Amino acid sequence: MVEILAPVLGPDLAPPVAGIIKALVLVAFVALSAIFFIWLERKVAGRIQDRLGPTRVGGKFGWLQTIADGIKLLVKEDIIPATADQFLFRAGPYIAFCASFLGFLALPFGNGVVAQNLNIAVFFVLAVLSVEVFGVILAGYGSGSKWSLFGGMREAAQVVSYEVPMAICVLVPVLVVGTMNLNRIGQMQAGWFFSWNVFRDPFLFAAFWTYFTCATASCKRAPFDLAEAESELVAGFHTEYSGLRWSFFFMAEYASMFAVSGIATLLFLGGWHTGLVPTDLTQLFGSIAGNVLNVAVFIVKCWLLVFVMMWVRWTLPRLRIDQVMQTCLKYLLPISCVLLLGASLWQLLMPVFVLNYLRYVIGGAVACGWLALLIRLVTGKPPAGEALSLGPALGRPGYELAKR
Amino acid sequence: MTLAASLFWLVAGVTAASAIGVVVTQHIVRAAVWLLFSLAGTAGIFFLLGADFVAATQVFVYVGGTLVLVVFGVMLTAQGPFVSMKTSAVEWAVATVVGLLLFGVLVVCVMGEPAFQQAQPLKADQNSSTVLGKAFLGVVEATAEAPLTGVADRAEPGARTRVAYLLPFEIVSVHLLVVLVGAAYLARAKRRRMAA
Amino acid sequence: MTDIGLTHYLVLGAVLFVCGVLCMAIKRNGIGILMGVELVLNGANVNFVAFAQFSPTFQVEGQIFALFVIVLAAAEAAIALAIVLNFYNNHLTVDVDTAEELKG
Repeated sequence: MVEILAPVLGPDLAPPVAGIIKALVLVAFVALSAIFFIWLERKVAGRIQDRLGPTRVGGKFGWLQTIADGIKLLVKEDIIPATADQFLFRAGPYIAFCASFLGFLALPFGNGVVAQNLNIAVFFVLAVLSVEVFGVILAGYGSGSKWSLFGGMREAAQVVSYEVPMAICVLVPVLVVGTMNLNRIGQMQAGWFFSWNVFRDPFLFAAFWTYFTCATASCKRAPFDLAEAESELVAGFHTEYSGLRWSFFFMAEYASMFAVSGIATLLFLGGWHTGLVPTDLTQLFGSIAGNVLNVAVFIVKCWLLVFVMMWVRWTLPRLRIDQVMQTCLKYLLPISCVLLLGASLWQLLMPVFVLNYLRYVIGGAVACGWLALLIRLVTGKPPAGEALSLGPALGRPGYELAKR
Repeated sequence: MTLAASLFWLVAGVTAASAIGVVVTQHIVRAAVWLLFSLAGTAGIFFLLGADFVAATQVFVYVGGTLVLVVFGVMLTAQGPFVSMKTSAVEWAVATVVGLLLFGVLVVCVMGEPAFQQAQPLKADQNSSTVLGKAFLGVVEATAEAPLTGVADRAEPGARTRVAYLLPFEIVSVHLLVVLVGAAYLARAKRRRMAA
Repeated sequence: MTDIGLTHYLVLGAVLFVCGVLCMAIKRNGIGILMGVELVLNGANVNFVAFAQFSPTFQVEGQIFALFVIVLAAAEAAIALAIVLNFYNNHLTVDVDTAEELKG
């Protein structure tokens, strides 16, 4: 970016202008993906609950629902409760949003498509994402409401605890590949999907699932959304918020969901590589088209992971706060420690033959599993009702009812 | 003014102003917010100094961990809705004078040393996390024959002594374990001695 | 406003240090005092990292000392908060002036 701008703007002006452009692109991306995710969340929730979700605004699928919501939020009255601490109440949403936005600075979307190619990118992203909780706590404390305070305290206890197993799970692939540079980690997984880190050894495979659980909890998504448990705490830490400030919390939440999914994709799931061709896409389609495809592949992978988070949210019931803490401290933490230890010992003790070829076994097994599931979804008749089948979903009586 | 210089003035200004905010504010959680800005600004200063790893550690440990703990502590010990701290005018006066004096002494010390003013920043040839990792392991230089002994290397006469930081690292980790146990012991729920 | 040198960083460290000392001195709240300690440690850290960047004989050590300071500060904060909570359990306040049972 700087190299392109330097002849036009001169060497002094080029770096700041390039920085501003990158930041604006990232802000636009975060905002747009939040709009998309909110629509997706409603659709997914609707489908899982045998409803339709938004259908009216913007045509058949309700594409423009989020835009309409956004306009509604913008014109809403901006209320600050009389009992609130003005400064903290105002600062909370912005701290939360800035923290999750900062994570995108070091997240590579493609080979070298990154705002700042930090050498310690993983560490940096985890660090700034951990600051988001501070905004939430401030909002909870500054609102001057008991519900908010409870939400803030739960959030503080939960996120600080879940950070530990999450960081340890991130350490497992970092230890195996030997770098914290996300761009480098992505490059190392080029080629067929056998070379993705998640198939590299059994500990990495387990670390992926552990990481994903911790990441869901650290984004305070259900079943770990105790900070805003609406059946207990009205709306938790954002009870008193309305309008634009409220929407900042949601942008922060969806941005950090995307960021943790991005880390998962880069660390475990091959980054911007499709896994279906043996080389990087830039070598097949040229530099520009290849990079665009890389970015698209990365974003789609992240969206799939975010979709899984939504799926989990609308499928599982919420845990109690003591169960959340127990899950972290009694189960996830020991599991992640064992994984770290196991991955180190595996690298030390396993013969080279096993190290090199086990990935084909794991990768092949997982691919066969996916294939079987896919075949069953598309063609087969699942034994227990129609729960697994996507086909007849459109022709159900509920659909007709809602359309009327 | 170059980009680096203007960035320094911006970040240093925010850091110093927030540090003053921590002292001046009467409200404990607002002090925590100012401390957040100050610590984040310090992390920015570390980035400007090329110490990426230290900067990220600063954000991770301080801002994401310690500060959250501090606010958690405030919530657990608060009696009213918002805790405020009163300081009398006399104390303010004394504090200002003492603070200015102390600051003056420090600045005179810094300014009086000509070596500090001529110092030029080093060019970082390697990324800081690699250098740090090698230092922890006691790998002396990036050369192939570097011994992995973990003891001071005095191979070349005149070469400065380098010590591995593996032992301090382990001591710190044991220390953290002790702290973990100690904090859990101290903070465990007990019956109150003085019912007030 | 010439180039940014070591002096600039050292003065910034001094500002943080002085603010921390004042914070420790004038706050009555135990947690406020803890914040002062954090500021002091940060001032020292700025100096360490600045020296690491400017002095060839301190390049690695500066950053490593800063890392140790950060880690030990976290440990210190945990212990101090535990003590404050204990104090609160005994005195129902975190005002450190009420700790005067040992006064002769």
